[in-house]
Amino acid sequence: MLPRFYQMQATKQDTINKLRKDILLLEGFKPALADGAGSLGLGCIEAAFPNGVFPVGAIHEMLCPTPEHLAACTGFMAGTLSALASKGGVCLWINRYQRLFPPSLSFFNMPPHHFIFVDVKQEKDALWVMEEALKCEGLTAVIAELQTITFAQSRRLQLAVERSKVTGFILHNDPQKARASTCVARWQVTQLESEIEEGLPGVWFPRWQVELLKVRNGKPGSWAVSWDGSGFTILEEGAKIIQLPQRKAG
Amino acid sequence: MQKRFVSIWFRHLLADWFTLRRPELKTVPFIIVEPSGGRILVVAANYLAEKQGITAGMAAADAKAIVPSLKVIDHLPGQNAKLLKALGEWCIRYTPLVAIDLPDGLILDVSGCPHLWGGERAYLGNIIRVLRSKGYDARGAMADTAGAAWAVARFAKKDPIVEPGKQTEALLTLPPAALRLDDIVIERLTKLGFYSIQGFMGIGRSVLRRRFGPELLLRLNQALGMEDEHLELLEPVIPYHERLPCLEPIRTVTGIEIAIRQLLELLCHRLQKDGMGLRTAILKCYRVDGQVLQVSIGTGLPSHYTNHLFKLFELKIPTIEPGLGIELFTLDAPKVEEVEPGQEALWGGNECSLEDNRLAELLDKLSNKIGAAAIKRYLPQEHHWPERSIKIATSLTEKPTTVWRTAQPRPSLILPRPEPIEVMVKTPDYPPKFFIYKGQKHNVIKSDGPERIEHEWWIEEGEHRDYYYVEDNQGQRYWLFRLGHYDNDKNRQWFLHGFFA
Repeated sequence: MLPRFYQMQATKQDTINKLRKDILLLEGFKPALADGAGSLGLGCIEAAFPNGVFPVGAIHEMLCPTPEHLAACTGFMAGTLSALASKGGVCLWINRYQRLFPPSLSFFNMPPHHFIFVDVKQEKDALWVMEEALKCEGLTAVIAELQTITFAQSRRLQLAVERSKVTGFILHNDPQKARASTCVARWQVTQLESEIEEGLPGVWFPRWQVELLKVRNGKPGSWAVSWDGSGFTILEEGAKIIQLPQRKAG
Repeated sequence: MQKRFVSIWFRHLLADWFTLRRPELKTVPFIIVEPSGGRILVVAANYLAEKQGITAGMAAADAKAIVPSLKVIDHLPGQNAKLLKALGEWCIRYTPLVAIDLPDGLILDVSGCPHLWGGERAYLGNIIRVLRSKGYDARGAMADTAGAAWAVARFAKKDPIVEPGKQTEALLTLPPAALRLDDIVIERLTKLGFYSIQGFMGIGRSVLRRRFGPELLLRLNQALGMEDEHLELLEPVIPYHERLPCLEPIRTVTGIEIAIRQLLELLCHRLQKDGMGLRTAILKCYRVDGQVLQVSIGTGLPSHYTNHLFKLFELKIPTIEPGLGIELFTLDAPKVEEVEPGQEALWGGNECSLEDNRLAELLDKLSNKIGAAAIKRYLPQEHHWPERSIKIATSLTEKPTTVWRTAQPRPSLILPRPEPIEVMVKTPDYPPKFFIYKGQKHNVIKSDGPERIEHEWWIEEGEHRDYYYVEDNQGQRYWLFRLGHYDNDKNRQWFLHGFFA
């Protein structure tokens, strides 16, 4: 039997937990469904979010300063989307600087012909297109490459998704300029060396260090994740980039 | 409504016209000639000359050699079009939808007309008989598609009327030329022994496309009625037209908005009743000072929703300058299409698909602001060369005709133009030890390849590329290639082409 003091602590903690849950519901975070529907197969990464559910109908920020980062981000995002979207889901991709190569999406189980690409010349057009698209109910995701976004702009986008429940991704190509925003999470995906069995040649499945730098009402974290062609595998939590001894090529 | 088309072929259009103007030519073999590339070529010959083996495309000198008494008349450029236009305008008494089919025919959309003339046979017979009595050697045919009617009018020996839905059977025995193809394609088909359409109709579509190009498929689909054909009508019909005169000249944005809304409501009501939706709409504002302002919108899928169309116009309102006031608004819908009645999904939740109206409305809005060319969707194409392995879809609902290939890895990002890099290669035909891109040195730790991608010689000449999928010591993955074979004499250039996830 616990001392009385601890008992009291426990009930207080329960009350606080319950209140917190209520607040989350009011903020639009739904509790996990019993049958695991809506799960991304990301295990402990999803656990970092309130209620343990990857927030859809919200804006995610991804920091990708270099083309390498962007490529890694694209892979991770496409994998996530393939779990989010049912068959036939449509995504809108707003092109600003880099060119995505559509066939690569099929490696992450997303049919490339379900992506609509919009080429824009100016930042303000990209924002306008993004806001309009986020208002379109039923789109799986809207992805835009932006240099920077102000708090007011992010608030507008947030208002758009609150009604339509579309998921938005902002790819920041200049993280120095990433400011405070209403976005639900801020991610960074960095490539990791692929792991292959000793003695085998070639490049293996992609591996990334997925960092959740900021998450509203959740716990930030860092994970090594690999994609095996059909789903994600979480390799280590909080792992650092391991420098493997250099091997001779070929 | 069941679509029916009539194709009329004037076998000796020019010759007939000259004969009509100069009756003495009736009994004389003559040719109409035009200088071309330093030679004088026969453009057309009359029946008497043709009977002696003279055909269009021959040199005039050769024709003269065959028939020394041949009369030669100079061609008037553009005469074909002028004659066909006059004949087409005359045909409007049979149907309002008449299109010129250069060089020597007319295409009539006769859907819903023949019963007024006592059935299809009497209708077609009447047109042809009257044209012949006017002195033109005309042949005609009727079918469900313009393509099939064209083919039957020119190539079929039997019945000129193809029963509804029977165009496939009618086409089977006709030669490939009946499909309105390029001479080059026809020649290639004949060389391969395809003397009738039957021979290649059953062959896989992707094979036909690869061998003979997309035109053959297009024409075949058009003739069979699987793809729509757009006719350039002589007199465009604008059945959907609304006018809104104003008692007081309108000068405010609110006034313009109200006017657009009213016009759209009138128009959409009519469209809805007919089961049609508009694809383009033109708003004209007549100003007090005599100027006419014009704005237009376009939609990706036919639509008759006032709200959606109004939103599209809303983006254009700032470009309307009312000046001293607008006294008349008119709204035209020059392009309308049938609307597929939307089917409510029974299950499947709230997901949007490519056929969804909400998506089409979003894209209309985007394309009206930033231009339709900026919106793209890609489909796979059967080419190895990475730049050619995708094509832009022509419509929102076009489906891939081939699968997305996943046997070989492809990068997530691709550079629009491969960028030259400096490399250090120890062994020929191996991936580089390291490479320098934008001043940064990358040590290659792991690699896959080479994957040799040959230039598609039937499209353009060039050297092949040997692609390597490499990973550097930081785990970053790249797509590199060497252009051409290894050679001791030549220093081969390496390129970076993409970034892998």
